[in-house]
Amino acid sequence: MTFKERFLRSAGASLFLLPLLAGAPQAQEEPQQFFPGLQYRSGPYAPSGIPFANGYADYLAMINARDGGINGVKIFYEECDTAYNNDRGVECYERLKDAGPSEPAVWSPLSTGITYALIPRVRQDEAPLLSMGYGRADASDGRVFPWVFTAPITYWAGADAAIQYIQQEEGGSLEGKKIALVYHDSAYGREPIATLERLAEEEGFELSLFAVAPPGLEQKATWLQVGRQLRPDWTLMWSWGVMNSTAIQEAAAVGYPMDRFIGIWWSGTEPDVRPAGQGGVGYKSLNFHATGTDFPAIQDILTYLYDQDQGYGEREGVGEVNYNRGVLNAALAVEAVRTAQAEYGERPLTGAEVRWGLENLHITDERWEELGLGDFARTVQLSCEDHEGGGSAYVQQWNGTSWERASDWIQPRNDELRPAYEASAAQYAQEQGIEIRDCSAEL
Amino acid sequence: MLYREAGQFKSSYVADQAIFPIKQDKIGVLLIFLFALLVLPFIASNYLLNSIFVPFLVFSIAAIGLNILTGYCGQVSLGTGGFMACGAFFTFKLTTAMPEVNILLIFLLAGFGTALVGIVFGVPSLRIKGFYLAIVTLAAQFFLIWMFTQNPWWTNYSAAGVITAPPRALFGDFYVTGIQATPVNKYLFLLCFTALLALVAKNLVRSAIGRSWMAIRDMDIAAEIIGIRPLAAKLSAFAVSSFFIGIAGALWAFIYTASVEALAFEVSRSFQVLFMILIGGLGSILGSFLGAAFIVLLPIMLSNLPAMIGLRMPVDLIAHLEFMIFGALIVFFLIVEPHGLARLWQIGKEKLRRWPFPY
Amino acid sequence: MITRVLPWLLGVPAVIVGLGLLFQLVSLAEPRLYFTWAYYLEVLIAGTLQGVMYSLVALGFVLIFKASSIFNFAQGSMVLFAALTMVGMIEWGLHWTLAFLVTAAVMILLALVIERVVLRPLVNQPHIILFMATIGIFYFLDGLGQTLWGSDVKQLDIGIPRSPIFILEGTFEGGILVNHFDVIAAAIGGVLVLILALFFQKTRVGRALRAVADDHQAALSVGIPLKTIWAIVWSVAGIVALVTGVIWGSKLGVQFTLALIALKALPVLILGGLTSIPGAIVGGLIIGAGEQVAEVFLSTFIGSAIQDWFAYVLAMLFLLVRPEGLFGEKIIERV
Repeated sequence: MTFKERFLRSAGASLFLLPLLAGAPQAQEEPQQFFPGLQYRSGPYAPSGIPFANGYADYLAMINARDGGINGVKIFYEECDTAYNNDRGVECYERLKDAGPSEPAVWSPLSTGITYALIPRVRQDEAPLLSMGYGRADASDGRVFPWVFTAPITYWAGADAAIQYIQQEEGGSLEGKKIALVYHDSAYGREPIATLERLAEEEGFELSLFAVAPPGLEQKATWLQVGRQLRPDWTLMWSWGVMNSTAIQEAAAVGYPMDRFIGIWWSGTEPDVRPAGQGGVGYKSLNFHATGTDFPAIQDILTYLYDQDQGYGEREGVGEVNYNRGVLNAALAVEAVRTAQAEYGERPLTGAEVRWGLENLHITDERWEELGLGDFARTVQLSCEDHEGGGSAYVQQWNGTSWERASDWIQPRNDELRPAYEASAAQYAQEQGIEIRDCSAEL
Repeated sequence: MLYREAGQFKSSYVADQAIFPIKQDKIGVLLIFLFALLVLPFIASNYLLNSIFVPFLVFSIAAIGLNILTGYCGQVSLGTGGFMACGAFFTFKLTTAMPEVNILLIFLLAGFGTALVGIVFGVPSLRIKGFYLAIVTLAAQFFLIWMFTQNPWWTNYSAAGVITAPPRALFGDFYVTGIQATPVNKYLFLLCFTALLALVAKNLVRSAIGRSWMAIRDMDIAAEIIGIRPLAAKLSAFAVSSFFIGIAGALWAFIYTASVEALAFEVSRSFQVLFMILIGGLGSILGSFLGAAFIVLLPIMLSNLPAMIGLRMPVDLIAHLEFMIFGALIVFFLIVEPHGLARLWQIGKEKLRRWPFPY
Repeated sequence: MITRVLPWLLGVPAVIVGLGLLFQLVSLAEPRLYFTWAYYLEVLIAGTLQGVMYSLVALGFVLIFKASSIFNFAQGSMVLFAALTMVGMIEWGLHWTLAFLVTAAVMILLALVIERVVLRPLVNQPHIILFMATIGIFYFLDGLGQTLWGSDVKQLDIGIPRSPIFILEGTFEGGILVNHFDVIAAAIGGVLVLILALFFQKTRVGRALRAVADDHQAALSVGIPLKTIWAIVWSVAGIVALVTGVIWGSKLGVQFTLALIALKALPVLILGGLTSIPGAIVGGLIIGAGEQVAEVFLSTFIGSAIQDWFAYVLAMLFLLVRPEGLFGEKIIERV
């Protein structure tokens, strides 16, 4: 038998074993609370996904190391790499959901696309999905989306906050001003358009939209139009991944003033501004939490993990924007579980019980102090109808080495946003044939 | 010894021209189908049904479609993603406009719509050949995705440009899309639908149209000389292929992911389906199934493997190794068997016919 | 020679001026379209310089296709791998010129390995099989690069200034904006093309390469060692990939999406022809300029983000007139 024939046989035979190997569940261990991690440490968006994943994982590990878990119930954390790909996200979800020692506490896929794909699935499987500052903005209406949470702030609220900041900077009136929106031509990038168009009518400014085809490597024409033709007073940006750094570099190349350039919170992280070097100084972005390591909880992460060489990432990455965002996401999840444990007992909880914890989540400024994250984020209070919590954002500015606060906390105008959420959610409910939940009945 | 045709005589042309002329083949395929239909839904876990069989069946349909165009007719096309998007969005518009019409009919209508689009984008093939045609089909790919992303009419003016599949039942309470659809429902529906479509495809490629496609593929000038009209052959290949691919896209959006934006059908999807037919075997319906299984299962198997053999590896290392192993396996397969898995299967069957004798 | 160049010398300025006049007329009728000659020239120059960068990518494809009729899908990941290795060397403390040389050596080694492991066993297989093999190499190199050097964005700074410069300030009010980086990148691209052209026309190896491109069997029969030629071609393509990687990496930062640059070169290839180096250049310039002009001026009517498909449509229109590309060799088909 020749070498080739032998290989033919073994290759052919081994192929048939493939289906059997997929989908084996994990071995069960002692009672622990399962926290699944749908992260991406590879693929085109890895530079942004890695710090977030590290922050999330580090905070959970720190809770285990410092406190011995949440009220004694240890956290079992397992990651699955989605590469920011919707199919892999769904496959990771299906694989992990039954693979932990308990029901999954909270899902946070860090991707609008994966969130959309998971929304019908979490409804069927009764598991809470916390899409913090991304995903479907209208999921803030908890009556139509009982399992999806958008705390502490949504894209529509972010757009509103940005407009309010610009209004402040322009001395109170936007009448006749030109504002441009450069956005990633996807679900994520289009989210703020409706809100901005509504505000353009209300406030009297002229809105120009510039779509950039993903992944966003090609922006020369866009910035020639923005920087040389339109020359708007302000430019907003909703971009992600390589589109961020390319945009900032192209804007600098056409000489657009950086301090009139505001990006959404996902467009304001260190990997975005560093490649532009000197050209990126003065660039602004929104943010809904603090940066830096000057917080007791983050110091605990350094002490309990990095000093023992057990951190998930590099020590220099601790305190960066995306890292702290991961910490915030983990903190919200842990606090929700803690709230639920106060009601249901100090044991591993089911998805429905954690959902109760999320809907009764109330983190005041004092509570943030107790958690070691004083002044890190604003008050969060969720309810059955309100899955967002009416959070606020502030504007930060890059000075070449770090982010500095450039404004106070800006409160979005929820009296106008809430009806918009409800209208959009109602349309979804009608299309899908969903019965709107009666919150008063559940109390 | 087991796989002999001795004693099987055909007494009519119909019997002689059956798809599976050997009785053992017929029984084998029937057994596999019955197993998949009656036994598998009860023993397979939800994860297997939802994440392995459903995408496998959907991609098989897409691979059959592309195989008809590239494997049987020789027109390399990289516009698969765009046509899948056509199927998905046409289905969405049709079913939201006519919610009472049965979803099966909607899928078929969307397929026909995609076939028309396929004919339009197939026109350059009359003048351009080979790799040049492949790159030109990328124009179709990018244009279609752009159209579905830019124009909010396609998504019924949703804020984010995402379409969500409304719940639809095939009959009575048998929901196949939406929240009430159980994995078993989805799997059974897809299994029957795929089997039906595969049967249609197999018969098409054995017919006169199929032979005209293969003639164009092998020697298009000679084919023209003997009277096969290249216009009819090439455009019909594009039409039929787009029909299958459009249906696959619709099933992908409605049954598998339940919620999709146009970017899910980006150019990487086109390459994925092309890999399926190249690995599975060009010009073979079975090859489409084998290739789809390989491409769907391999990444999952590779990412599960370290956990299964007890190795704790960082997640990103697993993801990178997946890429490397995928690439290495492709090269390995090509060196060992360049005509794909279908050829391996064929060789296996031939060996089985002679077994236990070596020749 | 003159008869071949003259139509281009006359035709190109005519088309540019003609298009400009057309846009000016339309902008008078349609106020949404903004047009000034300064702006038009800015867009045109920016597009042309961008086009040179596309040509660089396309060159790698053309080299390999010319010598071995293989469409090298892995060119994109070779660009990424080269850029990653160079950044890695710089991080280890080497000066960038030294890093460049070391990376060039690595790329040559890679070419030898590819030739030995992948190409030699697949001699005489149909082109689609070889194309698939390069896809396998693409995935392998992608994974290998990221395993060795990580997935973070890395900065590649070799000192190319990025500031905007304004030219022709006398003729046009405010001057025309040209980016320093683009000009230097275009210059590097031009120099590389010149070196390659000299290499192919004047040296013995270059002549052997052209012989192999014409007919493998005939080249073998006059004693040209096919395997050595292929190794040389892949090495040269590797070095072209390195230069491309350095330039695009300086522009965008070195990261995974750099591998997708290859998709940008495809319209250039079909416009210019898969077998022609001047075709890659001219095609790149046409696609670059055409893309930017379309995006800026046509987007008012059609919608934004049309760059992607417009480049392909533009190339396809040229193809309908000349099915082998502008400079591609006419394939004579026999029954």
